[in-house]
Amino acid sequence: MQLNVEFCGVKFRNPLVLASGVLGVTGASLKFVVENGAGGVTTKSIWREGHTGHPNPVIIANDHFMLNAVGLPDAGIEKAHIEIGEYMKGKPAPLIANIVEARIADFAEVAEKVSALHPDIIEVNISCPNVEDEFGKPFACSTHDAAAVTRAVRAKTKLPIVIKLSPNVLNIAEIARAVVDAGADGICAINTVGPGLLIDLETREPILANKVGGVSGPAIKPLSLKAVYDIHKALPKVPIIGTGGVITGEDALEMIMVGATLVGVGTAVYYRGVDCFQKINDEMMEWGKKRGIKNLDELRGVAHAGAYSKKFQNYS
Amino acid sequence: MIRCDIPKAIPIKKIMQENPYVKTFVFEHTLNSQPGQFVNLWIPRIDEKPMSIAYDGGKEFWVSMFAVGPFSKAMHSLKVGDMVGVRGPYGKPFEFKKGQRLVMMAGGYGAAPLYNLTVRAIKQGCTVDFVVGARSKEHLLYVNRIKKLGASVKLHVATDDGSVGKKGYNTLILEELIANKKGKKIGCVYACGPEPMMKKVSDICFASKVNAQISVERYMKCGFGVCGQCSVDPKGFRTCVEGPCVSNEVARSVVEFGKYHRDKTGKMHKF
Repeated sequence: MQLNVEFCGVKFRNPLVLASGVLGVTGASLKFVVENGAGGVTTKSIWREGHTGHPNPVIIANDHFMLNAVGLPDAGIEKAHIEIGEYMKGKPAPLIANIVEARIADFAEVAEKVSALHPDIIEVNISCPNVEDEFGKPFACSTHDAAAVTRAVRAKTKLPIVIKLSPNVLNIAEIARAVVDAGADGICAINTVGPGLLIDLETREPILANKVGGVSGPAIKPLSLKAVYDIHKALPKVPIIGTGGVITGEDALEMIMVGATLVGVGTAVYYRGVDCFQKINDEMMEWGKKRGIKNLDELRGVAHAGAYSKKFQNYS
Repeated sequence: MIRCDIPKAIPIKKIMQENPYVKTFVFEHTLNSQPGQFVNLWIPRIDEKPMSIAYDGGKEFWVSMFAVGPFSKAMHSLKVGDMVGVRGPYGKPFEFKKGQRLVMMAGGYGAAPLYNLTVRAIKQGCTVDFVVGARSKEHLLYVNRIKKLGASVKLHVATDDGSVGKKGYNTLILEELIANKKGKKIGCVYACGPEPMMKKVSDICFASKVNAQISVERYMKCGFGVCGQCSVDPKGFRTCVEGPCVSNEVARSVVEFGKYHRDKTGKMHKF
């Protein structure tokens, strides 16, 4: 089975992209992830002027889930210049530059400056759930705000734009439609869920310094699959990066079957090591080979048609 | 549950004053750590920090620290019975072979993890030259503990001001040990301390073709390979998973070793 895919006109060796927020602080770190099998990489969120992030502890995890409130630390566009520049020397795979800001006008400015560094795609983070104390409700929670950010970014870049959406809404497909109408080329779904909270019994305190953090890992896979399913159903022609709880090749294939073209992998680095990309690719290949699948186009979105159950329609 | 990287609150069993600045905290907890690994210690609403393990006796482990910032100052204010969150052990440990002659190059608080390594190594028939370097006599750490380890451990001391031992950097002693061909051949040199000192150890060992292992640390957030904050150039490996303890060959492949590091926002700073 061939794993290569095309997304927003960019060719990827395989559908697995490093999700924003895990590793990816430096150009060298992004290359390290590609060496471990990723088809593409997403930078950590880039700010115009930088941002400190939250104090420790910032990540806690067990077998079922991870909670993070790293808080989007970054040293701003100057650092992006150095680190993306480093990645671009002998660029081993497509680069998605993830950008974040607190105000719509600043999104436009950071989009313009990051475009000058020539990433393949710009991903717009309007959905981080662990900075609400600082910045209020994410833009991704309203069709109006999500579309406004998209228009501002669209006006400043010719690169493909992907908007990263929040699962913490009742109408993700409507929000997806609003950002596509505002000029987005693709959708990334989903950001982390919640936020959630864990308490230490002995000290009787929340464990994360930020108290709350976005939930990722195996527990959220049903939520990300449902979100991608809903978006693909509403907008079948819009390419999607399906992200959330993808740990195995089987998880990635499910994500493709509900409609994803690329599959974001982040928390799997915790569960299976940095070579999780290679492992997931191998598992997808093995599954496809046994079933005579030639490429991922054969599988994309197939869960919607219900081809198998149609055989039994006379029995209902 | 197979994996659980959530801090577990453990009461402090004992506190020992090592020198005017450093306290050792004893926790009754089975870590199953190897020398060179670290734990994350957490005080709610203050901070969580990676700390090297100074001793692991199976049923208890020790952490030694200087009251230098908000976290370590808060630690120094704690009493026996107070609770601290612990997770780990994390990171790649030091390695040694049975029956070898080892040299420990400890700069300042680097004496603690190398003490841990020495305790293990002498049980496996190794002999150790333990070279401690510090600013002055009152900053010396663990010298009394090292003296009690017996005949298989020889202590060497250097201080910047000459208040005790050799005056100057401890790397002067390393050069002498390597130059002296009378004793048993040195199997491996271990370095833990300020990075410019470790770079010097690395250069000396490289030039004289002596094996070495170095503890290369960078600013860490999670400590278990997810946040990416401690990645080093040019290979991008993580000092919390692929390190901190690496061979001299690997340390020398890190272009930033002894030159620069990144802060918690990822911005570069020169040493």
